[in-house]
Amino acid sequence: MFKFFFIYFYILLSLQSFSFAENKKLENEIYKNLRCLVCQGQSVADSNSDFAQTLKLVVKDKIKEGKSKKEIYDFLTKKYGEWIVYKPKFNRYNFLLWFLPYLTIVFGGIVIFILLKKRKNQRTN
Amino acid sequence: MKINLLRILVFVFAVFTLSIFLLSLNKVKVYDTQNLVGKNISSFELKSLDNEATINEESLKKNKYTLINFWASWCFPCRAEHKYLIKIKKNSKNLKILGINFKDKEKDAKKFLKEFQNPYYFLAKDYDGKTSINFGIYGIPESILIDENLMIIKKFIGPINNEDFNVIMKLTE
Amino acid sequence: MLSNTGIILIILTLFLSFLIIYISVVNIKEKNNIIDKKIYHYTFYQVIFSILSFLTLLAGFINSDFSLINVFENSHSDKPLFYKIAGTWGSHEGSLLLWINIIVVFSFLFLIYNKKSNKIFRLYTLIFQNFLILGFLIFLLFNSNPFSKIYPIPLEGLGLNPILQDPALVIHPPLLYVGFVGSSIYFSAAMASLVSNYKGKEFALSIKPWILISWCFQTLGIIAGSIWAYYELGWGGFWFWDPVENVSLMPWFAITALMHSVIVLEKRNSIYSWVVILCLSTFILSVTGTFLVRSGILNSVHTFANDPSRGIYILLLLAIMIFASLIIFFKNNKRETYNFQIQSKETFILINNWFMFFFLISVLIGTLYPIFLEALTQTKISVGPPFYSIVIFPFIVLFLIVMAIGPKISWIKGGYKKINFAIIILALSTFLNFLIFKIFGSYSILSNLIIISSIFLIIHSVYDLFGIVKKNVQFDLSRIISHLGFGLLIFFIGINHNYSIEEDFNLKVGEIKNFHKYQMNFKSLEKNDRKNYQAIVGNFILIDKKKNLKEFLKPEIRVYSSPETLTYEASIKTKIYSDKYLTMSNITRSDYYNIKFQEKPFMIWIWISAIMISIGGFIRLFKKGELK
Repeated sequence: MFKFFFIYFYILLSLQSFSFAENKKLENEIYKNLRCLVCQGQSVADSNSDFAQTLKLVVKDKIKEGKSKKEIYDFLTKKYGEWIVYKPKFNRYNFLLWFLPYLTIVFGGIVIFILLKKRKNQRTN
Repeated sequence: MKINLLRILVFVFAVFTLSIFLLSLNKVKVYDTQNLVGKNISSFELKSLDNEATINEESLKKNKYTLINFWASWCFPCRAEHKYLIKIKKNSKNLKILGINFKDKEKDAKKFLKEFQNPYYFLAKDYDGKTSINFGIYGIPESILIDENLMIIKKFIGPINNEDFNVIMKLTE
Repeated sequence: MLSNTGIILIILTLFLSFLIIYISVVNIKEKNNIIDKKIYHYTFYQVIFSILSFLTLLAGFINSDFSLINVFENSHSDKPLFYKIAGTWGSHEGSLLLWINIIVVFSFLFLIYNKKSNKIFRLYTLIFQNFLILGFLIFLLFNSNPFSKIYPIPLEGLGLNPILQDPALVIHPPLLYVGFVGSSIYFSAAMASLVSNYKGKEFALSIKPWILISWCFQTLGIIAGSIWAYYELGWGGFWFWDPVENVSLMPWFAITALMHSVIVLEKRNSIYSWVVILCLSTFILSVTGTFLVRSGILNSVHTFANDPSRGIYILLLLAIMIFASLIIFFKNNKRETYNFQIQSKETFILINNWFMFFFLISVLIGTLYPIFLEALTQTKISVGPPFYSIVIFPFIVLFLIVMAIGPKISWIKGGYKKINFAIIILALSTFLNFLIFKIFGSYSILSNLIIISSIFLIIHSVYDLFGIVKKNVQFDLSRIISHLGFGLLIFFIGINHNYSIEEDFNLKVGEIKNFHKYQMNFKSLEKNDRKNYQAIVGNFILIDKKKNLKEFLKPEIRVYSSPETLTYEASIKTKIYSDKYLTMSNITRSDYYNIKFQEKPFMIWIWISAIMISIGGFIRLFKKGELK
C-alpha cells in the first residue's frame, strides 16, 4: 500500500515541475467577465452590441499598454460601477457572498459528524 | 407547537426573504452610472472635428460650466435634443457645450450641423468610441455637466428635454 | 367562442377542486379504509376538464384565433404549424395552464397508483394537492388568463420571439415543468405524511417513483435548455450561470439529494425529517424560481414580459406555501433516533446530500445575494461565472471521488483491499491525466485535479459495468450509468474548457484571415427569403493548413419581421472530436462583420454524457417497474 502511495505522490510531484498554465487568451477571459450593460444578462464576449464592440477595443488597448487584469477591472468599475464585473470584489458588502457557501459546508460537516457520533453512543448504551 | 430559538430563527428568515422579494418587485430596473456624480472627469485628449486642434481637460477649466454632449448624425434621439442644446447656447452665459461626435463620419457630422445649427463651443470627435468608455458612457445621446474644477455635477442619460433644460439653467445660474 | 369555452372549463376544474377537498375531508372522518368512489370520479373529471382547456388554447393557436390576446401576442399566421403549437406554452399565461395541467394529472395518477397506501395519507395528499391547484387556478383566472379576449379582433398576430423558434426550446419547457411541477406531488405527500403520521418505509415507497420521474424529466429539461443555448444563442457556450439557469438548477440539486436519501428512508427507516425537508423545499424552490423569473426581478437573457402584479400573486402563493409547510413541519415533526454505521452506504448518501446541499446553497446565494444587497444597500453587483467556478469547482473534485467510492462501500467490507484498489485507480487516472496534459498542452492545477477525479469516477463506473456483464452480479445498472454519465460530463467539460480555441475579429467580404493552423476566407454574402424571415448568409471557407482540409461554413443573420428582430444563426460543423462554431454579426455603419470562430473539442460528448445521466434514471423507472 505504501508503495502505491509512494508512486502516486511521485507522479503528482513530477507533474508539479511542469508549468500549470491556462492556455487562454487574456482578452477573451476579460471579455467573459464583463457584463454588457446595455444587453439583457449577456457578457461582452457574447454580445454584438455597439457598447460591447467599443469595450472590446478599449480592453485590447489596455492590454497593449501592459495593464494587468486587475487594473483593467478596476478602471472599468470606477467608470461603470461594480455591476460591470461578473466577479464581485471581496469587501464589506460582499463578504457574506463569499463566506456563506463555505459556512454551509462546515455546518453540514458538523451535523454529519454529530449524527455519526450519536450512533456510537447509542451502540454503547 | 413547541417554540424554540431555531424555529423562531427559521420564521424570521422566511419573513425577511419574502419581504426582500416584495421590496425588489417595485424597484426600477434601469441601471445608470449616477455614482460618478461628484467625482472629477478623467483626463482625455481628442482631436477637434476639423483636425486642427486638440481638446483636453485643460481646455474646459477656463469655463465656469461645461456640458459634455455625446452625439452623432446617425442618432435619431440626438435630433430631438438638438433644439434644447441650441436653447442652452442662447440662454446661458456661464455654460459652454463640448460636443463629442461619436462613431460618425466627418462629412455627415458637418452636414448635420449645417442643417440643424451648431450649439457647440468646442467640437471634438471620437470615431472609434474609445473615449466614451473613459466617461462612463453606454450609448448616445448622453451628456455630462461639469464645473470649472472638472467635477461632475449631473449626468443626463438619453436625450435632453425641456425639464433637463430647466435643471441645467438652474444649476449654472 | 374559444375564450368562453376555455374559461368555463377552467371554472369547472376550479369547482371540482373545491368539491374534492370537501368530500375528502368528509371521507377522512369515516372510519373505514375505503376511499369514496366519488373522489376517483371527480379527480378524473378534473383531469379531463383541465386537459380540454389546454386543448382549447391549442386550437386557438393552431387556427390563429387572434380574438384571444394570448394568441395575438405570441403567434402569427405565417408561422410554421410546429411553432404555432409551441406558442401555446411559449408565453407566461399558456405555460401556467400547462403547469396546472401537470399538477392535476399528477394528482390523479398519485391517487390511482397508490392503492396500497393508507387511506388517510392518500386523502390528505389529495387535499394539499388540490389547494395548490386552487391557488394556481385562481392566479390563472384573475391575473394571467390565457383566454382573455381582445376587441376589435386584430387581423394579424405579433409573432413569437424568433430565438424561441427552435426545436430544443419547444420541448424544453414541458420537460422542465414535468420536473418542477411533478415535485408538487411529493410536496403534498410530505405534508400529508406529517399530518397523518404515515412515515417510514411505506411513505418512502409511495413517493419514490414520483421523485424518479420528476428527476428524469427535469434533468432532460435542463439539458434541452442548454442545447438550445448552444445552438440558438450563437455565443458558443452551453452554460452561462445566468440567474434563470441557476433557478432551474436549484430544485435539481434538491431532487438529486432527495432521490438518494429516500433510499435510506426506505432501507433503514432513518432520516425521515430530512427527506420531508427535501420534499418540501424542492417544490418551494421550484415556485421561488418561477417567482424570480416571471416577476422580472432577475436580470437575465430569458425574460418574460414583466408585470409586478403577477409577481405579487406568486409571492403570496409562495408565502402561504412556506408558512403552511413550516407550521405543519414544526407541529408534527418528532425527534427520531438515528442508526448509522460509519462505513456504510447511508453515511455516503449523507455525504452526497452534504455536497448537494452545498451546491444548492452556493447557487442560491449567488443568485439571490445581488437582489438582497440591492434592496438593503442600493449597491448593484453582478455574480457570474467566476464566482461559481471559484466556489463550486474545487468541491467537485471531492464530490467525484466520493461518488466513485460511495456506492461500493457496503459490499466491500474491510479496509485493505478496497484502499489498495482505489489507489491503483487513482494512480492510473493521474497517469492518464499526465498523458493528456503532456500531449495536448497544460492547464491549471484545479483542472488537473478535476480531470484526475473524473477519470477516477469513470474507471470505477466502467469497472462496475464490466462486473455486470462478466459475473452477472446484481448491480444497480441505472446508478452506474448515471454516475458514469456524470464522470464523463465533468471530464468532457474539463477538456472542452481547456482546449477550445476562440478567435474574435472583423472581416469584410473578400478578406482572408490567418490564425492558428487555419485560414478563413470570407467569400461572399447572399440574401435569401425564407418562410417567415429574411436570411443574410455569409459564405466562409475554412482551410486547415496542416491537414489541408477545406470546410464550408455558412453563418446567417436572420431578419424577422414579426416581431421585428435580428437573430444570429451560428454555423456549426459537428464532428466526433470537435465542433467548429462560426457566428457572424453586422457592425452598424460599417462594411465589416464581426466574426467569432470557435473550435470546441468533444462538444457532442458533453450532450451524450449529460443525456446518459438521465437515461440512468429512466432505466430504473422501467426496469424495476416502480410504477405499479
